[in-house]
Amino acid sequence: MDPKTPAIGVLALQGAFDVHARRLAALGAITTLVRKPGQLDTLDALVIPGGESTTFLKHLERAGFYDTLNAFVHIKPVFGTCAGCILLAKEVSNPHQPSFGVLDIAVERNAYGRQNDSAILTSETTLAGGPLEMVFIRAPRITRTGPNVRSLATRDGSPTLIRQGRLLAATFHPELTEDTRVHQLFLDLVREEMK
Amino acid sequence: MANQGNGTHNGNGAGLRLKTGLAEMLKGGVIMDVMSVAQARIAEEAGAVAVMALERVPAMIRAQGGVARMASPKLIKEIMAVATIPVMAKARIGHFAEAQVLQSLGVDFIDESEVLTPADEVYHIDKHAFTTPFVCGARNLGEALRRIAEGAAMIRTKGEPGTGDVVHAVQHMRQITREIKALTVLGDEELYNAAKIHGAPYELIRMVAKAGKLPVPNFSAGGIATPADASLMMQLGAETIFVGSGIFMKEGAIPLDIEDNANERAEAISRARAIVLATLHYDDPKIVSEASEAIIGSMKGLAAAAIEEKDLMQTRGW
Repeated sequence: MDPKTPAIGVLALQGAFDVHARRLAALGAITTLVRKPGQLDTLDALVIPGGESTTFLKHLERAGFYDTLNAFVHIKPVFGTCAGCILLAKEVSNPHQPSFGVLDIAVERNAYGRQNDSAILTSETTLAGGPLEMVFIRAPRITRTGPNVRSLATRDGSPTLIRQGRLLAATFHPELTEDTRVHQLFLDLVREEMK
Repeated sequence: MANQGNGTHNGNGAGLRLKTGLAEMLKGGVIMDVMSVAQARIAEEAGAVAVMALERVPAMIRAQGGVARMASPKLIKEIMAVATIPVMAKARIGHFAEAQVLQSLGVDFIDESEVLTPADEVYHIDKHAFTTPFVCGARNLGEALRRIAEGAAMIRTKGEPGTGDVVHAVQHMRQITREIKALTVLGDEELYNAAKIHGAPYELIRMVAKAGKLPVPNFSAGGIATPADASLMMQLGAETIFVGSGIFMKEGAIPLDIEDNANERAEAISRARAIVLATLHYDDPKIVSEASEAIIGSMKGLAAAAIEEKDLMQTRGW
């Protein structure tokens, strides 16, 4: 096996971990579903998927998982979608809850309303290949971004896809569309970091 | 009744993607029945991925009898106001007016449920007419695919609700899995006959035969009462666990007093946490054991075999 093939974990405490893992495998990564802290040791990068952030936090309380993961997200490439984005953020509101604080943003949970307000929208994007389809499900909103955060797509002026160095985050679900560009971007970023 | 749901179609394909998308976000978690704001708080704090708001859990409906209907909008609203996780609520089978009310309240998922007294003995709700996603019960592949054809975005195996006896949840999960496996080895010309046998649309039969799985997430419900029950159903292929009467009830189909009795409150919390932990680590017996050990008290349950045919809830729906 090519030693440069990235080993990417998908945090599988709950939520849309399956679809992320399938997408990354299709794009050429070796994927692992991460349910225990020890599994992080051998990974080059991690995806924190959508799901319920309160459930994630509950599971992370056990067996020192929170601290291990906190250390990981501070040094390795990480891609957080929806609940994953909330976990990485510096500030969380509606309601306030603990987070790793590694991504210099403020994020508001369920900011667009309930499931009936979930929507599929299209945005202009800085990614090559034209407009980006975005699936929002009980989505959060990024209400503030720090100076080192770059916005790659937006919804009504709020960033929906952001990059801060080796961290990537989306408030929508790129794993639920056919478009592979966002996952490809993450893989490219991981390969860059592995050099 | 072209537009039963009174809702805007978000474009048919887009609507279904949003509905199954939310189901996708609930995978690997536990959905808990709650009858009050205090119970909803405990469920969320314990790590539930969603709560099902209802007035009486199945064990109480079974014990008390009478007509079981949609919960009061007042109760549903109160629970929606405190829960940050998705809130589901049940409508009677075929009762599209109850479903319209639930959609207008803004619940995140509607359960067209055999736990309530059916309102229509022939037709289920046309779920395509709603923007709110639906989950429906099924005992076999044909029933699951008929519900999906009607627009269900999630299937749950029915089991026998309110019993604490997992035997029928197992039976229904095994049945659906076996029937799916059998489809995958059929030739194209055999699939037409399979559609006839299962009483399900040919297009869906073909889709299942090709994919080897249902086109929507498949969760498990009905009689799951312990961490080991949750582990069993996950190992049999369930993607998420519904727990109804297994958390907040005590002997004699009476709810635990979680507001004024510290011991009973602790008991409810211990059960909720244990099921959540065992559902995540379903394939690690050490952790399932740890979860089982942490439980204070347990649901006595009612052997499903002791229930008379006419009192079964699972046979409601067709």
